[in-house]
Amino acid sequence: MHVVVCVKFVPDLQSQRSFTNERVTRVADDGSMNELDENAVEAALTMVEAHGGEVTALTVGGTDAVAAVRKAMQLGAHHAVHVSDDAIAGSDVRGTARVLAAAVTTLQQERHVDVVVTGMTALDGMTSLLPTMLAAELEWPALTLASDVELESERATIVRHLPDVHEEITAPLPAVISVTDALNTPRYPNFQMIMAARKVEVTTWSLADIGVDSARVGRDAAGTRVLEAQIRPPQENREIIHDTGDGGQRLAEFLKTRGFA
Amino acid sequence: MTHIAVLVEHTSGDVRQSTLEALTLARSLGDPVGIWIGEEPSSDACHELGRYGASEVRHVPAPDQSTYTAELMAQAVIAAMGEASVLLAISTFATKEVLAYVAHRTGAGIVVDAASAAWDEGKIVTTQTVFSATWNVRTAIQTPLAIVAVRPNTTQAQASPEPAGAALVPVECEFTQPHTTVLSRTSVKQQGIPLAEAPIVVSGGRGTEGDFSLVEQLAQVLGGAVGATRDATDEGWIAHEHMVGQTGTTVTPALYVACGLSGAVHHRGGMQASGTIVAINTDPDAPIFEIADFGVVGDLREVIPATIAHLQGR
Repeated sequence: MHVVVCVKFVPDLQSQRSFTNERVTRVADDGSMNELDENAVEAALTMVEAHGGEVTALTVGGTDAVAAVRKAMQLGAHHAVHVSDDAIAGSDVRGTARVLAAAVTTLQQERHVDVVVTGMTALDGMTSLLPTMLAAELEWPALTLASDVELESERATIVRHLPDVHEEITAPLPAVISVTDALNTPRYPNFQMIMAARKVEVTTWSLADIGVDSARVGRDAAGTRVLEAQIRPPQENREIIHDTGDGGQRLAEFLKTRGFA
Repeated sequence: MTHIAVLVEHTSGDVRQSTLEALTLARSLGDPVGIWIGEEPSSDACHELGRYGASEVRHVPAPDQSTYTAELMAQAVIAAMGEASVLLAISTFATKEVLAYVAHRTGAGIVVDAASAAWDEGKIVTTQTVFSATWNVRTAIQTPLAIVAVRPNTTQAQASPEPAGAALVPVECEFTQPHTTVLSRTSVKQQGIPLAEAPIVVSGGRGTEGDFSLVEQLAQVLGGAVGATRDATDEGWIAHEHMVGQTGTTVTPALYVACGLSGAVHHRGGMQASGTIVAINTDPDAPIFEIADFGVVGDLREVIPATIAHLQGR
């Protein structure tokens, strides 16, 4: 089988970074593959280890985004595709889904794609919209937030645990499956895998290569536009006390002052 | 006045508190109309929606259980929202999927996890946080239909000074064959207020050493819900449903009390946008203190009982 895993380059959440011109600017090495995408790569690798086949890692983004597919290859992905085009800048989630769907369709022309796997959310924006949007764009079933996945005779069945409901959902393949970090424990790349990944060539596609009209993506086609982004000011007026016997009393007084008790 | 469609969240026929917040916000944007998917709402439920300003309650009968998925919910929403210029809903994993389908079908711009929404020069402008709630972002929706999912507890629910009619309007929806089939669906019994909607959350982590009884007692005294770190749920100290964090439930209560948890980035991302943050931890260098309004460096086994005693002693 052929499994495509979508991975995203995200800035390091612990590092300094800034928005400029409505985009995130970063310095080198100031980011990596979205941590939750490690679970998606692991799921994709597990699928082909059980059923045979190969994994293609797919990402969209500027030049530094290639780090995301490189990481996926270190973990064991067989092929890597990086869609990069200046016209993509400023895309909203629908534009991104459109680009990824076109890339999957392009991959299909060469070799049938059975499953597209994604992480449950990206730790930068955390909207969780992309997997559903991608499935809608491909007109494929969306099996989202899977904490268990079974593939059997051209069907996928997942279990998902939402805060108020547990569900078992099934759909015929091909399908888009998003996975949570409860599904598996991602493997660590060893030295040989890291060295081997360096030799694999990353396929780079422009919008023209995947047949996407540049007017349908990017800033001007986006349904949302960031007006302003500001780092939240550090907590001011913090009051940190050491408990010398009256900690509970002072905490209770604080809660009363704030109207919580 | 322009219609603001509000997707009503309901449990066992009762309107959820978060929907009343959404209606309150909707009133500031235009004329709210409720969208109710499922069994026909009771007259009490309609009355409640009317008290918070809904001029209509548009009811779409749900498809059968096995096909009741985000894809079909989206079809129901599209059938019911009519000419509304804004679709408002509460940000949950399930609702975000519904809205993703609606956005895809209608071409509307979408913002989720918003803290606010307002008109500005003919456009809906939202505020939300990104990067584990370390940045504030303002976004303008560019499309004629704006879709906004707001976080619970970001608007204080207030009944309308003039109750609206909440006329029940049946809406027909021709559902298409869905791509997925639900084999089983089991409701999770949640004790008290759902974590995501609770105005007060008291959470415990490693520092509880497996004993959540003090955390639960403080939550009870304050009238809040109980949260936990990933460590605590992984250890089996408390059910997974209580996990607060980027892969668990994101909470934005008015008060968040962190007990015996260090405040790892994954946890902070799920609670950093809370109104007031209080922390109790033995380690003065715990990162949770960096975002706390009030912190006690001390042992929760001493601090929590003393806090409860003083709260109850008054």
